[in-house]
Amino acid sequence: MDFDLTDEQRMLSDSIRRLVSDAYDDFEKRKAYRAEPRGYAESNWQKFAEMGLLGLPFSEDDGGFGGGPVETMLVCEQFGRGLVVEPYLATVVLGGGLLKRAGNAAQRAELIPAIAEGTLTLAFAHQERQARHDLHDVATTATRNADGYVLNGAKGVVLHGDSADRLIVSARTAGGRRDRDGISLFLLDPATAGVTRRGYATQDGLRAAEVVLENVTVPADALLGAEGAALPLIEQVVDEAQAAICAEALGAMEVLRDLTVDYLKQRTQFGQAIGNFQALQHRAADMLVATEQARSMAMYAAMMVQEADPTARRTALSAAKALVAKNADLLGKDAIQLHGGIAVTEEYKAGHYFKRLTMLAGLFGDVDHHLRVVVAAGGLPEAA
Amino acid sequence: MDLRYTPDEIAFRDDLRKFFRNEIPLSIRRKVSEGRALAREDYVTSQRILHAKGLATPNWPVAWGGQDWTPVQRYIYVEELQAAAVPQPLGFNVNMVGPVIATFGSEAHKQRFLPSTANLDIWWAQGFSEPGAGSDLASLKTTARREGDEFIVNGQKTWTTLGQYADWIFCLVRTDSTVKKQAGISFILIDMKTPGITLRPIITIDGGHEVNEVFFDEVRVPAENLVGELNKGWDYAKFLLSNERIGIARIGMTKERLARVKRLAQDTPAGEGMVWDDPDFRRRLAWSEIELKALEITQMRVVAAQRGRASDKPDPSSSILKIKGSEIQQASTQLLVDVAGPYAMPRPDRDEEGLNLPSVGPDWADAAAPLFFNYRKVSIYGGSNEIQRNIIAKAFLGL
Repeated sequence: MDFDLTDEQRMLSDSIRRLVSDAYDDFEKRKAYRAEPRGYAESNWQKFAEMGLLGLPFSEDDGGFGGGPVETMLVCEQFGRGLVVEPYLATVVLGGGLLKRAGNAAQRAELIPAIAEGTLTLAFAHQERQARHDLHDVATTATRNADGYVLNGAKGVVLHGDSADRLIVSARTAGGRRDRDGISLFLLDPATAGVTRRGYATQDGLRAAEVVLENVTVPADALLGAEGAALPLIEQVVDEAQAAICAEALGAMEVLRDLTVDYLKQRTQFGQAIGNFQALQHRAADMLVATEQARSMAMYAAMMVQEADPTARRTALSAAKALVAKNADLLGKDAIQLHGGIAVTEEYKAGHYFKRLTMLAGLFGDVDHHLRVVVAAGGLPEAA
Repeated sequence: MDLRYTPDEIAFRDDLRKFFRNEIPLSIRRKVSEGRALAREDYVTSQRILHAKGLATPNWPVAWGGQDWTPVQRYIYVEELQAAAVPQPLGFNVNMVGPVIATFGSEAHKQRFLPSTANLDIWWAQGFSEPGAGSDLASLKTTARREGDEFIVNGQKTWTTLGQYADWIFCLVRTDSTVKKQAGISFILIDMKTPGITLRPIITIDGGHEVNEVFFDEVRVPAENLVGELNKGWDYAKFLLSNERIGIARIGMTKERLARVKRLAQDTPAGEGMVWDDPDFRRRLAWSEIELKALEITQMRVVAAQRGRASDKPDPSSSILKIKGSEIQQASTQLLVDVAGPYAMPRPDRDEEGLNLPSVGPDWADAAAPLFFNYRKVSIYGGSNEIQRNIIAKAFLGL
């Protein structure tokens, strides 16, 4: 049992913290990044590449740095602290996670070095409107023809799907809409004929897109991984994304908590700092409890995402997400309430943290969904 | 970062697990598991078996029967003890007065009290709370005035847990009322057989006799029974209260109880199926399990952070463990009442073993509601959860 970071991990965490606090020190900068053509700062993306963050989870053989879930946790926690808008989750965690596991040697050689250098971004086009949180619910089809496959369907809320240089699209090569078998993954250049992307901002200041596929022809070598067998892989990579989301939410929660406590010390009413009032002190204390419990579950997520048994892994990740999402919601609302009116203004930071936390809490399944997963499994897996 | 135990830690755990399950009588462990009251002899039997193996006082100095364990080993010990439903070695002896005597007592105190305290030859009670001094403990009014070689003690203590079994009581008493309230308190040891002491039971809402009032009327205590320095008792009390950081959340015990709730829910009929088939029940159970898992890791982080640093500093984690631990303990007893359903209602007379045989309804069910009632105490004692929030706000958030 060991909760310490290695010296290398500590250094990594410190340098990301410096980078993020430098790039995001002034909230006006974030606004400017969002106004850039891709909805984020190319310059930040290049800095991430220079620091090695974009190649972090890839193997050294593929041109990466061989980092694991703990390293991803450290990155995402700091990104959460800064409310970073760059497409790390979409490109590195989701897209990269699928690519490094399912990609053949040629696909990995073509794409991974470009991702690590910061010249190529990915988005995972999987969500469909009717599926809600069910990862196996895929109606988009991929029909085999002489040259490859023809894709038809509609994908929704594809994170950073408007700016991604390549999409990874899930589609059915066999089976019915809700079958576990028959789902395949395809690498798709969004410039291909028949692909329509409608990009938009998300409530928390990031970007997403609706993607429509109409008779989109892709070559046979666009297939990523074995035909019809993608679901277990998708589940694994989404679990990795959940671990990253837990870490990102944790970082945002800690900043929002500290912002609130500072405000309680500064704001005076009735001739004294409002932090003198016990009704507010106890809510602030509950915010500390909520963040510490969330930190524990973010660590649990980072450790259990490596679990070999898929059911145990999924159950553990759902437990982690449920608790982090619940605490993020409680803490976010308390932060707004304790601040009072200032927190509901666009110009003050707190509301933006609240919005990001609200969206992270619902991403890849809300509290109810993840609780259902734990209930269906009969409870949490016993640790070895 | 790694949640798993090392092979050495697994071997250590397995040895303890085997010992607890094989050596502590099942009849005692069953009472603990069902949350029934233990007899004095149950505590004594269990603690002596543990003590013979060096497992009653692992946190004491090695010279006085402690173990040279790592923080992780100490954590595993508490977890396994609770998971096997072994009665905890008597806290008043092992976690409270023992460490105080070992740290602040004279050599004569150590020789006289530590071995018998470890073996439960002496049963200690705690004389801290008073009717007018609960959360504001330092306002206590029981006095000890010096007369020659003796202190004369007058006043009243309350919430004296298991005082009916006690041979001795360690008390906080006022020895100077002219100074700031914390600066006039002393820590003194009193033989319960001394003339002038009266013990009156307090029956709690679960029907149990767990706590008492103790009255002191001109009780003559040898001056040598003062521990440490005169008027330094508040420091010793703070030391004592910060001593039970590992285990305060009772995670092992709640784990054991939730596993039991699960088994009973699977076996308890509810209409067309079992209680287990009710999704609303399952969701509440799942939340308890999830909160408990988070708290378990919080506790492990505290344990890991203790490596290589003095553990007598206050730390927000002990307040977090207290708040969340008590909430989850209470939730687990409520789940048990829910599984019992209508058979949570009967309150049949008990035999002297505390068992109700033949039972009314399932043989475990009549203990469910009393346990739930009894467990309201856990968010009150040891510094109420509101006091814990005050501590977090003041000491850690700087409010």
